[in-house]
Amino acid sequence: MDAPIHGDKELYQLQTQAWQSRLRALEMGTRAGIGHIAHDFSCLDILTVLYFKIMRINPENPSWEERDRFVLSKGHSVGALYVTLAARGFFPLSWLATYQGFNTRLPGHPDRKTVPGIEHNTGALGHGFSVAVGMAAGLYDHNRKNNIVPHVYVLLGDGELQEGSNWEAAMLGAHLQLSNLTAIVDRNGLQQGNFTEETVRLESLRAKWESFGWATLGCNGHDFADLVQAFNESSTSDNQPQVIIAKTIKGCGVGFMENQTSWHHRIPTQEEFSEACKEIKKNLALQKGFING
Amino acid sequence: MADLRVTFTTTLLKRAETDPRLAVVVSDSVSSSKLGAFQKAFPSKIYNVGIAEQNLVGFASGLAAVGFIPWACAATCFLSYRSLEQIKNDVVYSYHPVRLVGNTSGVDYGPLGTTHHSLEDLGTLRSLADLTLFIPADHRELAEAMDYFFVSDTPAYLRLYRGDIPRDLSMPGSFQLGQVRVLREGNHCTVFANGRMVHYALQASDLLHSQGLSVGVVNVSCLNPLDEKTIAETAQHAPCVVTLEEHSVKGGLGGAICEVLSEYHPLPVKRIGFPKGHSIPGPPGDLLRHYGLTPEPVAEKIRAFAEPILQGTLFSHKGVHHG
Repeated sequence: MDAPIHGDKELYQLQTQAWQSRLRALEMGTRAGIGHIAHDFSCLDILTVLYFKIMRINPENPSWEERDRFVLSKGHSVGALYVTLAARGFFPLSWLATYQGFNTRLPGHPDRKTVPGIEHNTGALGHGFSVAVGMAAGLYDHNRKNNIVPHVYVLLGDGELQEGSNWEAAMLGAHLQLSNLTAIVDRNGLQQGNFTEETVRLESLRAKWESFGWATLGCNGHDFADLVQAFNESSTSDNQPQVIIAKTIKGCGVGFMENQTSWHHRIPTQEEFSEACKEIKKNLALQKGFING
Repeated sequence: MADLRVTFTTTLLKRAETDPRLAVVVSDSVSSSKLGAFQKAFPSKIYNVGIAEQNLVGFASGLAAVGFIPWACAATCFLSYRSLEQIKNDVVYSYHPVRLVGNTSGVDYGPLGTTHHSLEDLGTLRSLADLTLFIPADHRELAEAMDYFFVSDTPAYLRLYRGDIPRDLSMPGSFQLGQVRVLREGNHCTVFANGRMVHYALQASDLLHSQGLSVGVVNVSCLNPLDEKTIAETAQHAPCVVTLEEHSVKGGLGGAICEVLSEYHPLPVKRIGFPKGHSIPGPPGDLLRHYGLTPEPVAEKIRAFAEPILQGTLFSHKGVHHG
């Protein structure tokens, strides 16, 4: 992917971080021999913006009561979350070497009991959204007399929206007018076996969310300016939950992985790994060169 | 005798006055859970997620994740079956203090038929090792257990009944998590029972006493964690065991007792309950009579099972000796 380099210092720092995380996720998944690398690349930019720009969090005190919460409903993208949490300081980078190993702290789906910064265990699709609605309702009702109500972010896969439980949660979130809740749909258009639209059609997705009573925004899930603007705009509602439908590319950042069904949970060969590293490092070097320059 | 839901809601109401962590979640089940008074008194502490039991359990887990102790109340047949994966992942695996309250269990919904009967819930949920399973035998035990669940951090499932349940069976001691209570000792047979069936087991024991049989009765109100030690020790007082439950004989209390005894003290066990999951429709009392789950037929089943063992004739044609 030939990504534009942002002129704004904060944005290109985010972009640089995301390329660094991509490299880590690639190395981690390849070393483990298992994972969902292409999924990680689809949502890594979203997670980078959330954890390095948007969310009120304290890595030194992961259970800080006033923190914002994040739920990775598409739990199989946990590789992206691990590299982001480690880079943000929630746990040592050295843990990444244990990814999906025997009795590891970092299994193939998130476990809140073993990883600082994980708010909820996910892995089965269609669960995280209801949990996030409950979190937002509880935080709202508990803090509504305070100036700051913690915000809850939940990342949903687009294929995941075929699970009906999501729409139970969508109805309830709107009914409760949870303005402290933002859902992000990782809209890469692919699921395990095929394109979403050829499996069970999701479109018109934005109209669906609007009809459920959500404030809806669209953005390019790999453009940092666009992502930051979408998150900033989404926090302005006072009586509606918000959804950001982020247009993404599964495998984003490694050309031969992008938008390919076959990369759903494929692990690169040594040759593919080298090629992928080369492409990511080239972008990383461009970023750093730009920063340093 | 009174409906268990009365004590449930009364105890919740009292606690809600002082407990900021208490919340109630319903799935359009305010009336079936008898929570009308609670809703009126504490409208900000009750969340109605609509007819959506998966959402009920996930939402309650979210509340628990931010510090609440939520009581998710719904008809047992929907709560324990529709939401099974949410119970497994969002409550138990994530280990949140959610209280799953099934308020119309067994064949309480009798005429409504199989879709509304709950005869496999305990067998299914018992395999989730970290989920406390509580089945009260009387109102006092329910109130005592709720005092524990108001503050405990463990995930829990409460199997409640509608209809008449004894207010106080005068059981020895008080509710202790994971402890059975021996209500009566007997040296001919020991009956392990739970829920509504504890009272029936006592009545059956009375009937058998008049026929010269000494039948002990043990209340197993917690299936998880299970008091294996006391169960195995108590079973040694008599040569045979009967289990009695308002549940399928597969996988519930009967299954649990057989597992314990086969490991620690093998002896003949008769499981009394529903013969299979699909029960016929009808008024609950009529169904219990039809399936032989009222005191008289229970007593007859115990007698028919125990006498050959006591006479040393059970299995004698197979050459198995029971002294």
